[in-house]
Amino acid sequence: MAEAAPKIDIKGIREGLLVSIGDGASWETAEAALLNAIGKQADFFNGARVALDVGARPLKAAQLGKLRDRLSDFGITLWAVISESPKTQETARSLGLEIHLSKPRPGRVVKPLEARAEGEEALMVRRTLRSGMRVTFPGHVIVLGNVNAGAEIIAGGDIIVWGRLKGVAHAGASGNTAAVVCALDLSPTQLRIADLIATAPPRRGNPTPEIASVKDGQVVAESWHGK
Amino acid sequence: MPGTVLTITSGKGGVGKTTATANIAAALAHMGKKVVCVDADIGLRNLDLILGLENRIVYDLVDVVEGRCRLRQALIRDKRLPDLFLIPSAQTRDKTAVSPTDMVRLCNELRQEFDWILIDSPAGIERGFRNAIAPADMVVVVTNPEVSAVRDADRIIGLIEAEEKGPARLLLNRLNPQMVRSGNMLDADDVLELLAIDLLGIVPEDESVVVSANRGMPVALDEKSRAGQAFRNIARRLEGEDVPLVTLEDTSGLLQRLGRLFGRGD
Repeated sequence: MAEAAPKIDIKGIREGLLVSIGDGASWETAEAALLNAIGKQADFFNGARVALDVGARPLKAAQLGKLRDRLSDFGITLWAVISESPKTQETARSLGLEIHLSKPRPGRVVKPLEARAEGEEALMVRRTLRSGMRVTFPGHVIVLGNVNAGAEIIAGGDIIVWGRLKGVAHAGASGNTAAVVCALDLSPTQLRIADLIATAPPRRGNPTPEIASVKDGQVVAESWHGK
Repeated sequence: MPGTVLTITSGKGGVGKTTATANIAAALAHMGKKVVCVDADIGLRNLDLILGLENRIVYDLVDVVEGRCRLRQALIRDKRLPDLFLIPSAQTRDKTAVSPTDMVRLCNELRQEFDWILIDSPAGIERGFRNAIAPADMVVVVTNPEVSAVRDADRIIGLIEAEEKGPARLLLNRLNPQMVRSGNMLDADDVLELLAIDLLGIVPEDESVVVSANRGMPVALDEKSRAGQAFRNIARRLEGEDVPLVTLEDTSGLLQRLGRLFGRGD
């Protein structure tokens, strides 16, 4: 039973080309239709920077990785994958791809996040974040694992690391100075709460659980004694 | 049984990927396995130099991929080790000349004929790295006990996990036992705690590596070299043997060992 091929839409945008794959068909059919469309205009696509809109499809790293390779065979650089599916966004990020079309402007170190966290939504990350990984979330972020140096967490709410925090943590990123950062080993490269930035002094002795918060306009870290 | 594709990568440049590739290959060939090394560092080829085969290059990886020669024509057989072959890289092209799919196709052909296919990855995290890991069954990450190397290794391990080619195994290269003892160098435990992957082997800092490289002679064939011994052990572990790690204590001199026996601290 043949599936109807999804519509492939190609548009020129400021950052290159935006290729949108229509909804409905399975990923195998969609990928085949996409590569077929590209193959027909191979010269046009050679050397192009392409952002791909895959709709609501959840994609795994192996699928996206394979597609990126196939595209690079045509001389296409895939730089962004746009999707409503959080799984696809996570996969794209882990492969170093952008998930938004316009990149944020460098310059201001702290920018307000659109924090629309309903209630106290939290993102649970059950893994160690390695160097180069970034987690962004408008609510709270909890990591069950370490945050290695070179990794970043940007949260509208609190950040709790059940492990060693060695990377960069930015809590209250939308301006909430009441946000806190806790870790079993609080040794961040840099710690930010709202628009305050702090670095940790070199640790002496064994690490103990600590909580960092804003007191009198300064970021202070204290041992966690439980309340 | 089809061969195994092992990619050796690192993120950071200069930590010893090419040396490791050449020597693990030489050690495996010495054990009687049929091995081919592929230099995937297009534009900055080194593997041929380390193996001492640069004078015999006629065709290279890019020639094979672009169909200018048959795969067989690009294979250079080592005269010292008849089970060791090399597919050299191209020096006059760059990383865009080859794609991940090309590498997968090439390795599928090589698997029919070889027990081990070792891929020497270039440094970095872009196209060259992706080319090198695309066909991998197994990935070895090489690092030095030094902060920037370890940081880059962490990044590359994350990328390997993301491409679902993990878990990678660690080769800790250029460990200097004296510097570790004096507290001036990270030790293996420090590195493993940070990187959290299995250890394949530790290769100590050893002058004979540089000497051998200049001679185009893999140090793994030097019976007296400590680094050579480490590479031979790594080859045995890859073949499934349980080879214990050589500890720091074993590499110190007899006098120092006696000193410790009689209570003289370091």
